Amino acid sequence: MGFRTSRARARGLGAAKEGTGHWWQQRVTAVAMVPLSILFVVPFARALGSGHEHALALYANPFHALVAVLFLAVGFRHLQLGLQVVIEDYVPHTGWRTGLILANIMFCAVFALAGIFAVAKIALAG
Amino acid sequence: MADVNRGNRPLSPHLQIYKPQWTWVPSILHRITGVGLALGGIIVVWWLTAAAVGGRDYFVLVDGLITSWLGHLVLLGLTLSLAYHLLNGIRHLVWDAGYGFEIETAERTAQGTVIGSVVLTVVLWIVA
Repeated sequence: MGFRTSRARARGLGAAKEGTGHWWQQRVTAVAMVPLSILFVVPFARALGSGHEHALALYANPFHALVAVLFLAVGFRHLQLGLQVVIEDYVPHTGWRTGLILANIMFCAVFALAGIFAVAKIALAG
Repeated sequence: MADVNRGNRPLSPHLQIYKPQWTWVPSILHRITGVGLALGGIIVVWWLTAAAVGGRDYFVLVDGLITSWLGHLVLLGLTLSLAYHLLNGIRHLVWDAGYGFEIETAERTAQGTVIGSVVLTVVLWIVA
């Protein structure tokens, strides 16, 4: 406190020392997910139960492969940000909270990368 | 320093007796559907990895489980969750832009969101 101005204390900080970064990323990914979720889900749902050939042919298509990669990257980032807020709200114990936040980051990263790897492998199989 | 009056103060109403209203129910539903969609993400990646690296037999098994009657029930719940979270998310973005905060407006957009998510779910199941 002392003689510092409120701006100097607030700039770039906040309780998590990241200012509005989390909030803003949540909005950016939300806007991106509006078209991406529809563009991904419709062909994906049609491919369910349509056989292995259909699944491979779908993501051999560069457009659908690109949509899928974007959907997975943006979607799992959006999920990670959202789940972190839920954890922060409901887990009062600092140790559990920190552990769950770390587990959440790793879970989302692993699933996003696994999904992107799968789509890339199909798309680039030639 | 412990608060000497702790436990001796009026409490806010408990959830069980708090009247459901068109303001807070859609709000908690947004959170519940968001957490639920994590399962959707897991199923998507499970199916994609099965298709890419699982081999034909494993893919047929995974695809069969996801499209079984139980799988279809889960998919229906996930579609409803996605439709609701998508439409209510747009409602949140409109609020972020500074519009729609009047109580009557907020209640009407909440009702529109619920109706819209059922309609969107039906449309998605027809086209897909």
